[in-house]
Amino acid sequence: MKIDHSHAHPIGMYLKTFAALLVLMVLTVVMAFVHVGPPESSVINNLIAMAIAATKAVLVVLFFMHVKFSTQLTKFWAVLGFLWFLLMFIMFADYTTRPREYIRGWEPAAEDPNAPAAMPQPPAR
Amino acid sequence: MKTEALHAAHQTEEQPLHHQFEEVSQQNESYVVGMWVFLVTEIMFFGGMFLAYVLYRWRYPEAWYEAHTRLDVAMGTTNTVVLLTSSLTMALAVHFAQLRNKRMHMAMLGTTIALACVFLVIKAFEWSAKFHHGLVPGPGFLWDGTVPMPQAQLFYSLYFGMTGLHALHVIIGILVIGTLALLTFLDHPLVKNDFIPTELVGLYWHFVDIVWIFLFPLFYLIPK
Repeated sequence: MKIDHSHAHPIGMYLKTFAALLVLMVLTVVMAFVHVGPPESSVINNLIAMAIAATKAVLVVLFFMHVKFSTQLTKFWAVLGFLWFLLMFIMFADYTTRPREYIRGWEPAAEDPNAPAAMPQPPAR
Repeated sequence: MKTEALHAAHQTEEQPLHHQFEEVSQQNESYVVGMWVFLVTEIMFFGGMFLAYVLYRWRYPEAWYEAHTRLDVAMGTTNTVVLLTSSLTMALAVHFAQLRNKRMHMAMLGTTIALACVFLVIKAFEWSAKFHHGLVPGPGFLWDGTVPMPQAQLFYSLYFGMTGLHALHVIIGILVIGTLALLTFLDHPLVKNDFIPTELVGLYWHFVDIVWIFLFPLFYLIPK
């Protein structure tokens, strides 16, 4: 007879989580090749891919990492890291509001305002 | 019969309580919270690289799309399945540690290590193909695509940096899970009748899995 010391969870819970992760993985691979939304824009596809990845991460955190069954203090720390990660992207408020600075040699020649027009070769450095 | 009696006695033994704690539940919570604090630092560690990735992909979307077509989606998908499966076996290792089923506990830890090794072998094949095709950033970088070479090189710098840091975590995971399996095999007092060490190693391993869950779509599945 098995005596449960620590409220072990049924194996079915882990298997169901695993099955859901595999289904979501297949979905994300399929959605990478099916264009959704306006043509010339991949925004919707990117949002779908990140939403699926976030769902998978939440499933792992809740069930594999037992956060769903953990104490409030554990939940606090588990949320904190991911919250910090999201807040970091406030940095885009800076990047998206500045004019684009072109770097010589990094852009296609037609679009590069710094490309020397007359010089056939850039000076050797 | 005698071994069965011993087994039954072993089953009813209390989880060891260390002197600085009042009770087992407090001890368990302290360990789990401590591990999560470490994982927060790990999120910050990887976070900077994810931010760099998003900034440069936002800046050079065409280069990202074109450079990513040289990666092998089949190998990336296989590796995702391998790592998700290893997360399942790690979760089951915790389950059997809780039930104090030493044989299954060891078997699940061993399976997790084996799957982690499969992941690294597939990764090694992918990387050696990149070396072969001159897609490793540096003086030997060969680029024949339509986007400018520095942009493509930046993509591959982030590819090697981020999957490399992840692979390093997989290697460390193999060593840690191996150590845990050895201690379990020896009935070391650190792990005897206590599932928490396995739970903590599991938390680390699931974190490594979560990082890959994001790396996989970001590098292999860039939409047009």
